[in-house]
Amino acid sequence: MKVNLTVNGSQHAVDVADNALLSDVLRETLGLTGTHVGCDTSQCGACTVHLNGRSVKSCTVLAGQADGGDVATIEGIANGDDLHPMQVAFRANHALQCGFCTPGMIMSAIDLVESSDAPLNAEQVREGLEGNFCRCTGYHNIVKAVLDAQANM
Amino acid sequence: MYTFNFRRASNLDEARQIHQSSSDAVYVAGGMTLIPSLKLRLASPEDVVDLSQIDGLATISSTDSVLSIGAMARHNDVAKTTQIPALAALASRIGDAQVRNCGTIGGSLANNDPAADYPAAVLGLGATIHTNSRSIAGDDFFVDLFETALEDGEIITRVDFRVPQRAAYAKFANQASKFAVVGVMVAETDAGVRVGVTGAAACAFRLTSFEEALSTSMSASALDGIDVDSSDFNEDLHASAAYRANLVTVMAKQAVDQLVA
Amino acid sequence: MNAETGIGASVLRKEDARFITGKGQYTDDISMFGQTHCVFVRSPHARAKINSISTERAMAIDGVIRVFTGDELVADGIGDLPCGWVVNSKDGSPMISPPHPPIATTLVNYVGEPYAFVVAESLQAARDGAEAVEADFEVLEAVIDMATASSSDQIHENAPNNQAYDWELGEKDATDAAFDKADHITTLDITNNRLIPNAIEPRAALGSYDAASGMYTLYTTSQNPHVERVVLALFVNVAPEANLRVISPDVGGGFGSKIFVYAEETAVIWASAKIGRPIKWRADRSESFLSDAHGRDHVTKAELALTSDGEMLGLRVKTIANMGAYLSTFSSSVPTYLYGTLLAGQYKTPAIYVETQAVFTNTAPVDAYRGAGRPEATYVVERIVETAARELNMDPVELRRKNFIPPDAFPYQTPVALEYDTGNYAASMSLALELADSDGYAARKAASEANGKMRGRGYSCYIEACGIAPSQLVISLGAGVGLFESAEVRVDVSGSVTVMTGSHSHGQGHETTFAQLVSDRLGIPFESVNVIHGDTGRSDYGLGTYGSRSIAVGGSAIDKAMDKIIAKGKKIAAHMFETTEDQVEFAEGQFSFAGSNEPKPFAEIAGAAYIPAVYPLDELEPGLSEKAFYDPKNFTYPAGSYVCEVEIDPSTGVSRIEKFVAVDDFGNVINPMIVEGQVHGGLAQGIGQALLEHGIYDADGNLSTGSYMDYTMPRAADLPDFDVDMTSTPCTHNPLGVKGCGEAGAIGSPAAVINAITDALGVKDVPMPATPHTVWETIQQGA
Repeated sequence: MKVNLTVNGSQHAVDVADNALLSDVLRETLGLTGTHVGCDTSQCGACTVHLNGRSVKSCTVLAGQADGGDVATIEGIANGDDLHPMQVAFRANHALQCGFCTPGMIMSAIDLVESSDAPLNAEQVREGLEGNFCRCTGYHNIVKAVLDAQANM
Repeated sequence: MYTFNFRRASNLDEARQIHQSSSDAVYVAGGMTLIPSLKLRLASPEDVVDLSQIDGLATISSTDSVLSIGAMARHNDVAKTTQIPALAALASRIGDAQVRNCGTIGGSLANNDPAADYPAAVLGLGATIHTNSRSIAGDDFFVDLFETALEDGEIITRVDFRVPQRAAYAKFANQASKFAVVGVMVAETDAGVRVGVTGAAACAFRLTSFEEALSTSMSASALDGIDVDSSDFNEDLHASAAYRANLVTVMAKQAVDQLVA
Repeated sequence: MNAETGIGASVLRKEDARFITGKGQYTDDISMFGQTHCVFVRSPHARAKINSISTERAMAIDGVIRVFTGDELVADGIGDLPCGWVVNSKDGSPMISPPHPPIATTLVNYVGEPYAFVVAESLQAARDGAEAVEADFEVLEAVIDMATASSSDQIHENAPNNQAYDWELGEKDATDAAFDKADHITTLDITNNRLIPNAIEPRAALGSYDAASGMYTLYTTSQNPHVERVVLALFVNVAPEANLRVISPDVGGGFGSKIFVYAEETAVIWASAKIGRPIKWRADRSESFLSDAHGRDHVTKAELALTSDGEMLGLRVKTIANMGAYLSTFSSSVPTYLYGTLLAGQYKTPAIYVETQAVFTNTAPVDAYRGAGRPEATYVVERIVETAARELNMDPVELRRKNFIPPDAFPYQTPVALEYDTGNYAASMSLALELADSDGYAARKAASEANGKMRGRGYSCYIEACGIAPSQLVISLGAGVGLFESAEVRVDVSGSVTVMTGSHSHGQGHETTFAQLVSDRLGIPFESVNVIHGDTGRSDYGLGTYGSRSIAVGGSAIDKAMDKIIAKGKKIAAHMFETTEDQVEFAEGQFSFAGSNEPKPFAEIAGAAYIPAVYPLDELEPGLSEKAFYDPKNFTYPAGSYVCEVEIDPSTGVSRIEKFVAVDDFGNVINPMIVEGQVHGGLAQGIGQALLEHGIYDADGNLSTGSYMDYTMPRAADLPDFDVDMTSTPCTHNPLGVKGCGEAGAIGSPAAVINAITDALGVKDVPMPATPHTVWETIQQGA
């Protein structure tokens, strides 16, 4: 099956199996291994990317469903050497430890902030990140990072 | 996943045709239930028919009295509607943000998971479900566990919700899955008070004893002392039938308190 | 020292640069030319005899390369997966460790145990192949309940009563005597719930074999690649140690579950030589649930003897520990030497006696999980102390204060084998109470009650023994390995430094903390220190990361290597100053001599070391690179005071943590930001244990909580903001004065949460996890 995707601004026409997932295409076909897979029931959120501007779990999107879509991954959110404010805030607030959930967490957090009309408070950030698991940080510093980043977005 | 053919339908007729000509086809709307089951090899269709390219299927429109939601509208789209705040609030608490960006109202209703949220809204608000061939009253739609009035291959096209005078939804979420252990929609409508309950039993249902009590007095205390029959309620790791029965009352009271506030 | 990057500074982490940009390299991110894929065929039964396995249908599937069964491994001389710590029973007999073939041959003993594996060109073909493997099982009655395991069907031929060992520690007679003279005895029957570790990165392995060199290379998700290597070489006979390189690249969390040597990486590295191609395996989360070693799972009866005014006289504890179907790598030590030894807690209880019966069940093996034995011990001690205070109508804080080991009593020998080096428990307690706004509690409780809610407060004063561990002590107690750590400090010609450490970082931030340590001591820029870990091909040896040991043992090894660097640097400098080495001082990155006003910067001495012009070569070798192995003299003893305040909605049973205060004493702290992060993570896991997480098997041995649909992982909204602070009594026996911080949060927090909930409800016990359903039922039973 031919699937056309724009990934981090580059156009790709890939030939994949009909049952390929978007996460397979990103990791295996395009070598974008920053998007991680942590579960098989669509809950952990490690695989979160943006599809047409919205956060989705790429392990629960068939490649065919994404055909013609615009995908952004963790590898594509910095502007050259200038990191995205969310990336900066995650480091500045020690919002990551093992780093495995981090790409998905950052992609979710960016969508959370961008899709909110008003500045978020800590409770809203906690609720808004319910689709992403972190086993290392206890979320304390992740919440701080998101609140910090939204001031610069 | 087993192998299957991914088939993209550009209109309803084509979708229907692919479905009919296949030995075993399944539609994919948002895929939030289907794709995990495919991944766990719990389903093995020959053809997966994608409905996302069909024009107009995700449209949301409204009149003064009806909010009409296209079957392919994502939960997050519904969460942004304003005509029925209780429905928007319900949609904003389905799954998590990423699920709400993919999952659709049509997919959820067609699947009829006993712990899904929308069935409570369909019953509580008295919605009408339109398909590619007919209209089905919400009250007639849910048949049993994962079973609806839809015929094989029938496709939901939109769901019409009559705008109630007042309504509110309260949900007690399963801590692990975020599905409803119990969810209750209470609404004051032209046709009287309606109470739709999801999560408690094999299939969503209207709770007439609560409807009667709330018709007399729309207050949480009106529900005091009404026994919730839990003989058919679900029992699982997360909640006994007795606990679910308690939650039906507690959630209904919370919804009433919100509704009158 | 540089205030921005030296010891005590919250330096931002070096490793983050790759993690926030998606450039981390986890095992599954690595692919090799010609790579194949592997899927394990797992038992659907908790206990069954394997009559036969048929692989023909699987082999016929397009893309399947080979299907391997356990018999082939046995025929090739592959040994059992060993348990590396021999615990003796009361009668002196060694524990019973049943045979544990990596791939089951004749019996399967838990759901998910692998009995074959399929190697194929694609993951799809491997999955199809795995599904096509056919086995004829004779299903046997499963033993699931640990409380009745000793009177159930015998699982292993060599383990009567399904018992691995029946262990004791402490003075039984002295303890009984203490109970005889007690005014009050508090009794508590409690369980410590089974947990499933759930590092977000599933376990994975990529094995390859190079026939030309005879070298095996295994990339895997291990917390201790050298241990993995020695076990695979020495016990499992996969390859000669020198021909096996184990690399743990970036690893996405471990929490204990990635210490152990598992079937999967064993099979992958062995089979890669059989097929002559690299093989990759990554667990699906469903497999992780079934096959990662689980944690905790105790049932305990505890009794505390006191005087009427609350002096603790004796503690008697009887525990059944569920080991699962086999003894995993370090499992035997967890409910014994990492548990019984901690039952003194922070108290001067003079007599303690503990018995642990370790039993087999047809469930996944249970082994160390964050805290490993110490959370279970803390839970027993801190629950029973709080319960005793309530029974005696004493303030639980006062009862604790009355029994704390006072600061002037250190070193303090406990009745359960440990010698605490230092501590000030009352100081932590006072700070915790202040942060918890103890004075405002009554008003908050009244406000909750006015709102139809119940409010409660609970304390937990934990102690743990970490920085694991003095080798000779643990070897005398049955450990089959030493527990030192290695380090190599390589100074480059230009004066930059590469550090090879045997500690592995899988979230702890060693690349930053160790660089701070080196930069601070050698007075060189933080940026010019590079820390390498996780590769048996690059560092000498290592025992790895667990038991909160990296800074106390691994860090001390680096410090010791730096001693040698400085000593040699002084010798070189002495020649340059034309004096003797004892006249040379080293401080702030400068070698100086009182007779010269031109100190030599570290980099200049490094250069001189490699360009040997100034010193005699018969006296000094060229170069500046030193190794050290550090073996600690004692455990370290972090301790702390935790306060938890909960509000419960009686209508739903939902408990909300309104306040959580953690005050820890970790001794000296290198990077407070990282240490606080470790506490946060530990607290989340401890609170997860108390409120959310539970590994449940049904009566047939199926894992009922086998996915995130049913096993509740703590999410952001389930947890509060944490109030974290520290006190400090530096460790007296390691050069850095550090103690270790990785496990504290998980050790101390469950008791604080449950003490708060039982306080709110006015009941003696609520079983963990205190889910809304459980709390609601508890309220109903009282009503």
